[in-house]
Amino acid sequence: MADALKEYEALLPSGLVSRMVEELGDKASDSKVKSVFKRLVDEYERMKVHAGESVGIVAAESIGEPGTQMTLNTFHFAGVAEMNITMGLPRIIEVLDGRKTLATPMMDIYLKRPYSQGQDIKKIALSVKETRLKDVAAEISLNLADARIDVAVDDARLSELGMTKQGLVSVLKKEAKGLSVELRKELLCFKAKNKEENVNEVFKLKEKLKEVVIKGIKGVYQVLPVKRGSEFVIITAGTNLKKVLSLPFVDDTRTVSNDIFEIEAVLGIEAARQAVINEVFKVIENQGLNVDIRHLMLVADTMSAAGRIQGITRYGVVKNKASVLAKASFETPIKYFIEASLYGEVDKLTSVVENVMLNQPVPVGTGMLKLVAKHDEGK
Amino acid sequence: MDENFVYKQVGSVIFGMLSPKMIKKMASAKVVTPELYDKEGYPVDGGLMDVRLGVIDPGLRCKTCGSRLKECIGHFGYISLARPVIHYNYVPVILTFLRNTCRECSRVLLADAKLSQVRDKLRQIGAEKGPDVMRKRLKEDIAASNNAGKCPYCKARQFKITIEKPTTFLENERRISPIEIRSRLEKVTDDDAELFGLNVRASRPEWMVLTVFPIPPVTMRPSITLETGERSEDDLTHKLGDIVRINQRLFENINAGAPEIIVEDLWDLLQYHVTTFFDNEIAQLPPARHRSGQPLKTISERIRSKEGRIRHNLVGKRTNFSARTVISPDPMLGLNEVGVPDIMALNLTVPERVTEWNIDYLKRFVKNGPKAYPGANYIIRPDGKKKKLTEDIIEATLEELQPGYIVERHLMDGDIAIFNRQPSLHRVSMMCHHVRVLPCKTLRFNPAVCFPYNADFDGDEMNLHIPQTEESRAEAELLMMVQTQLISPRYGLAVIGCVQDAISGNYLLTQKGFSLRREDAVDLLSSIGVTDLSSLPKKEVVSGKEVFSMLLPGDFNFAGRSRSKDEPEVVIEDGKLVSGVMDKNNLGEGSGLLLRNLHKKYGESFAVDLLGRLFRLGISVLFRRGFTTTIADTDLLAEAGDKISALFVSAEQEVQRLIAEFNSGQLKPFPGRSSRETLELKILEVLNKARNETGHIVADYANPGSHTLIMANSGARGNLLNLAQMAGCVGQQALRGKRIEKGFKNRTLSCFRPFDLGSEAHGFIKSSFKRGLKPAEFFFQAMVGRDSLMDTALRTPKSGYLYRRLSNAMQDLKVEYDGTVRDASGRILQFSYGEDGIDVSRSEGGTINVSRIARSE
Repeated sequence: MADALKEYEALLPSGLVSRMVEELGDKASDSKVKSVFKRLVDEYERMKVHAGESVGIVAAESIGEPGTQMTLNTFHFAGVAEMNITMGLPRIIEVLDGRKTLATPMMDIYLKRPYSQGQDIKKIALSVKETRLKDVAAEISLNLADARIDVAVDDARLSELGMTKQGLVSVLKKEAKGLSVELRKELLCFKAKNKEENVNEVFKLKEKLKEVVIKGIKGVYQVLPVKRGSEFVIITAGTNLKKVLSLPFVDDTRTVSNDIFEIEAVLGIEAARQAVINEVFKVIENQGLNVDIRHLMLVADTMSAAGRIQGITRYGVVKNKASVLAKASFETPIKYFIEASLYGEVDKLTSVVENVMLNQPVPVGTGMLKLVAKHDEGK
Repeated sequence: MDENFVYKQVGSVIFGMLSPKMIKKMASAKVVTPELYDKEGYPVDGGLMDVRLGVIDPGLRCKTCGSRLKECIGHFGYISLARPVIHYNYVPVILTFLRNTCRECSRVLLADAKLSQVRDKLRQIGAEKGPDVMRKRLKEDIAASNNAGKCPYCKARQFKITIEKPTTFLENERRISPIEIRSRLEKVTDDDAELFGLNVRASRPEWMVLTVFPIPPVTMRPSITLETGERSEDDLTHKLGDIVRINQRLFENINAGAPEIIVEDLWDLLQYHVTTFFDNEIAQLPPARHRSGQPLKTISERIRSKEGRIRHNLVGKRTNFSARTVISPDPMLGLNEVGVPDIMALNLTVPERVTEWNIDYLKRFVKNGPKAYPGANYIIRPDGKKKKLTEDIIEATLEELQPGYIVERHLMDGDIAIFNRQPSLHRVSMMCHHVRVLPCKTLRFNPAVCFPYNADFDGDEMNLHIPQTEESRAEAELLMMVQTQLISPRYGLAVIGCVQDAISGNYLLTQKGFSLRREDAVDLLSSIGVTDLSSLPKKEVVSGKEVFSMLLPGDFNFAGRSRSKDEPEVVIEDGKLVSGVMDKNNLGEGSGLLLRNLHKKYGESFAVDLLGRLFRLGISVLFRRGFTTTIADTDLLAEAGDKISALFVSAEQEVQRLIAEFNSGQLKPFPGRSSRETLELKILEVLNKARNETGHIVADYANPGSHTLIMANSGARGNLLNLAQMAGCVGQQALRGKRIEKGFKNRTLSCFRPFDLGSEAHGFIKSSFKRGLKPAEFFFQAMVGRDSLMDTALRTPKSGYLYRRLSNAMQDLKVEYDGTVRDASGRILQFSYGEDGIDVSRSEGGTINVSRIARSE
């Protein structure tokens, strides 16, 4: 079979070859393989895109047109116990805008065995969740005479987290910067290291102290273990991909965040491109719409072509266009004209809108071809 | 044939700044007076409407080029400003120059040694990331170089420069006059200017401060004559009048040696007028207004925004040879036809060139003239002169007509037309149809093509365009014809298929036990244009399936599934429908698998033809059988009613039980939820289950022969849920995925007790639409209805904007001859489109159907 395949492998995408091999099974005779693959190549050649096809517009239409059918503000309630996630049109806009702050940042944390089977799942989930000092404090009081902050700890909460007071003190020594920590009887006592005994300063320190993370991962403010298929997954609200991926029990091959920029920073641009595709596809699928993945790929490729994620906005992709007129036809034309005049820019009229403006054929599709004719000198 | 083809194309557009020299050079008149017309109403020499600047009055001749109105495109003029003023749009650039160059010697505030280091790096950044990044970098370098506030060249002390918006620059709280600014900018060397990203061939820094001011030609600011004979000037003319007047006053005052304060005031006023001439929507400046108080529309307002020159006139254009009217359905038309009203056909024309071979044919149209159909409206002589055909000149024209002329004849059957419905969200919103001239006054087309246009007939209007050249007609026919658009480029499945009655009809026809007499079958088939009846079984009574099979090609094999539970397997062998019912899964758009297979095997023209016939077959069946819908369809047996009420009683009990459990604190919350939330979720579950149960009961008891159910089962229109809502119960009204909670304090409506958690108090509607809703139920339904209405109203502009941005960002991506996807500057985005080079609109649902290829021999 391998021999019979050889001549066709180069002609077809590898995914297609393997799908066909699977379909035929091992028992197919060489002649059958040959005849089938010959037909496959024929069919593939007929399905290929033609040169000049305006794939960008088709992709934009394919995403823009179902946009009108999508619902706004849908929150996702799959299953009884999942949390709210921005879905629908707002989410697509968020992704394609390249927004840095998301409405609902979240992660799906996949676990390694045996944790994925549910072992210690609650404990693990809690260990990921950030806990701040205020969450375990029963009372925070100010001792103004000594410029000291006293924190009474709720023992029950602490033991729930599997921490001891001693442990807490050692964590705080590291995390609470600029403060000295001491355990006096039942109270945690904090004092500013530099000797400014200003009352205002102490108040400020107190507010800062409340927010000190004593356990878990910063940024993950809610966790939820969920059974997905045959394994347990932890869904979190708030993201911190870098720290989570470094945890020993996390399956770092599958764990994802929904923050494209975080993925770009941690895993690189290729991963970010895939994340754009996945995130948009998830929404479209969720809405019961049908859009081919190729269109999303093209959008993701335009967004990531510069080597970093750019939104489809006047500050992102459009700004980097070569043509002044194309930029001007989008938004803020005056700004682009002024710039162009300073730099003496030349618009070579290589894309679509400029030529529309000048009533000339556009260089895509049937307008792309140019006729080269030999000029007959003798005539 | 001596036609004047224009062989020239615009190759590129260069942008740059106008130098004072250039402004003077391109000007054909110097404007010296704000007056417009003299007593006779003739434009004043040296005024703003000077005839040297172009003509807008019929009868006058332009003094510059000698041509008349419409021929003369207008010419610029200029005025010399008494004192220089700053060009508003360059204020940020001027500021960077002032801050980063020496106030004495105008050199960049970087020492020579450092400068030579930085220069190449800056150039590189400028080339890669654009001039604004480069400028930012230069600022950083200067800030980092730490010159201790002194110029490294002349050691002059530097001061802090601030800006008082919009156009005043301050140095150490003291104002720098534009004269001073200009002289500083003049001293900047070309090499230094380049560091700021300026291209000195296109722009010198001092040109950003204006000393002469260009006056745009009158043709771009025409005045309009009102009915009263009064002239009303354009906004720009008003603004220019202000500038000229103040400039004049400033001159006089300076010459007369007026006190500095007065001169300064006038200077500021001039600056204001010049600034608002460029942009009248600056936040810090009050806009210049008409006497009526309405703000003037000056240069920037003319260009920007959706109604501006660019988006309104340049990117969007108006066309001739187009028509628009209300649409209506006509299943007797082919899928690729459009019915055009005869009055439209009299006005829309197609140009045809006269040759030796068609001269007699075209003379017939000329003979008919413009009023009789099919006639002609215009003829175009070989020299390009267009002549309107009237009754009087028909005879003369017939004599005159010879090869080389063009006759613009009326629209006729078979002509090519592009049909469109807005919003044109995807390419199938504009498709090419063949014209069919018909009586009456609406545009008509086959309802099977409603789906791609997203059209219905509740008053929708559509547009028709008639391509005017052979090239455009050929392209439209080959690339845009309805049959070429059968497969959606969005998901690779059919977008055109049977709809509504056509599905119901075929569904009934192909159902088990549907039979008809042979005569009726022949009648039915011939009514839809099947003439070869040899393959109709020679029996007295033929089954519906046999009739249906008559349309299929003899060598067609197909295996699929239908929605029906009785006959889920659809089998077609050798063009005979052996088993299975034809419904939306097989005939409809979207899925339409049968059609997809026919299209694949027999080609697009065949598929479109067959679809038309299938459509008419379905409708003809209904014509003969009768099909309607009635309220009686929702009648249920008393038994069913009892069952439904029993169901509600038990559901209500369950809800009460849950509430009691919650009140006693025994309800176990779901992880991550409060017990209140858990209660809500559980109640929702119970109530939704109850509604679904009523749906099942309705489905069980409904008469399967009722037309409502036929429509639902075949997928033609509606579903079981709709029927259940009419006959059984409407169900829970949900607002944002929750039961209704808003309203009064602690309760939804004042007719309920506070803290009532029961089903009825939170929007569960027990009644059916047929029985009618109770007041509270009606109100809840209205709440949800309003919410979804708002949702639609808010969504449309959002998704519209997303679409605009996407299409603007991606419009120049195309597949090159080497199969790569590139943008306009040739940057490769994908090496192979979609990683495998497959065109979705040629694929089967986005992929190649491997198993079909493996199986077919």
